[in-house]
Amino acid sequence: MNLTIKVWRQDGPSDKGKMVDYKLTDISPDQSFLEMMDVLNNQIIEEGGEPIAFDHDCREGICGMCSMYINGEAHGPGRGVTTCQLHMRSFNDGDTIYVEPWRAKAFPVIKDLVVDRTSFDRIIASGGYVSVNTGAAQDANALPVNKDDADAAFDAATCIGCGACVATCKNSSAMLFVSAKVSQLSLLPQGKVEAHDRVLNMVKQMDEEGFGNCTNTGACEVECPKGISLENIARMNREFMFASLTNK
Amino acid sequence: MATPFALLKTSLVKKYWMSLTGIFLITFLIVHLLGNLALLGSNDGNEAQIAFNEYTKFMTTFPLIKIVSYVLYFSILFHAIDGLMLVAQNKKARPVKYAHNKPEKNSIWASRNMGLLGTVILIFIVTHMGSFWFKYKFTEMPIDPMGNKDMYSIVVLSFKELWYVLLYVVSMAALAFHLYHGFSSAFQTLGVNHPKYTPVIKKVGYAFSIIVPAAFAAIPLVIYFSN
Ligand code: HEM
Ligand code: SF4
Ligand code: FES
Repeated sequence: MNLTIKVWRQDGPSDKGKMVDYKLTDISPDQSFLEMMDVLNNQIIEEGGEPIAFDHDCREGICGMCSMYINGEAHGPGRGVTTCQLHMRSFNDGDTIYVEPWRAKAFPVIKDLVVDRTSFDRIIASGGYVSVNTGAAQDANALPVNKDDADAAFDAATCIGCGACVATCKNSSAMLFVSAKVSQLSLLPQGKVEAHDRVLNMVKQMDEEGFGNCTNTGACEVECPKGISLENIARMNREFMFASLTNK
Repeated sequence: MATPFALLKTSLVKKYWMSLTGIFLITFLIVHLLGNLALLGSNDGNEAQIAFNEYTKFMTTFPLIKIVSYVLYFSILFHAIDGLMLVAQNKKARPVKYAHNKPEKNSIWASRNMGLLGTVILIFIVTHMGSFWFKYKFTEMPIDPMGNKDMYSIVVLSFKELWYVLLYVVSMAALAFHLYHGFSSAFQTLGVNHPKYTPVIKKVGYAFSIIVPAAFAAIPLVIYFSN
């Protein structure tokens, strides 16, 4: 495949940055998107240029590092996939492909496609944990948990913190991420104890980080590589309401 | 307990108020529409005129409705100010835009343009209150055969003006889009999302958002095109 790749290049946090065009030839449709980026970087290095900085780690859809806004969508056109799970067969020979970093005030660009997502870490640090040591895995049935709750908690826990929800949301809202992190704990007995403080603190931190407000567009749910559901946002809306109405 | 107002700086509380005022405005639309339908009655022996003017008098003088009308003014103002504040904040949350973006791949247009749609509705409400509500309350009005202020004639005269009819129809289209997303969105905001009820809420919302604005818009159209 022959492609034109338009990539956001930005030297550092204070650089203005711009889109730069690159031509690529002989890309295999079986290559992953990140492999294509590797080929492009080799080409840039051979021409004496500075390779494109981009985040990646696991390359199998579990670390959530590979943040790229590809052709107008977070992680590109695929559904339920991260950038590393996207293959070049999703594109056509001769295509022009836009590659941009996540855009949000709370995710400032560090360099090229690399953004600073420590705002997510600070949200977790504000309450996304259980304060006491809950010990080793419990004997089955020692702690009764409704099957539906266990499933919902597990689904929420599959969030990999990639930030695609923020990147894709027109308001740069982090509601899907935060609601997944609130839900995965509050649905289970060990997490219920601190549920009120947790939701109040995490939402407070979310607001302080400068994420936008949710308009329920539902874009996050569509673009989330893990299929995190809007039901989590509704659950957080409920929990926050009860917590703020009843907290002393 | 932290009061709901003290918490107004929180994103979620702002949204709860959007939802609650929005739902209140939706119920108001039903009442308003039922009243307006009186305009369409036959007026050979002034029946429609008398019925509509009686209704207007009732709505402006009955004490309980007076209280509700203050809640209504407050809701509209609050909904508009809160909504535009949210829009401004959301703009700030993304200082650098994407060079290439395809939001239509993952969300509907109305859901991304609630501020724009709301602004059209706001302009309409201001014009609408100026030409009817303000006139009724603060200016000399013609009197109908029953001795009531003749709101009917004022409304019918306005609906004979093309610009007014056009504004009305465009605004009702904006309202339709606003509610196409807003109706079910308001429930999600309050935390109502359930596999059993959400599909029903969505269907009711879609039907409401089409039928109610269409019925509102039909009235000036009928009056404009009838001799
Ligand atoms: C009869 C008139 C109106 C009705 C029935 C109405 C109804 C609604 C409803 C039900 C919602 C959804 C709330 C939610 O998602 O929780 C909404 C959202 C919204 N409305 Fe209205 N609205 C009206 C007029 C206006 C006006 C005049 C404005 C002024 C600018 C406005 C601006 C907005 C905005 C910006 C939102 C999105 C809020 C958000 O989700 O962040 N609306 N409206
Ligand atoms: S909710 Fe989905 S899109 Fe958002 S951070 Fe988690 S996995 Fe990524
Ligand atoms: S590199 Fe780990 S999810 Fe893509």
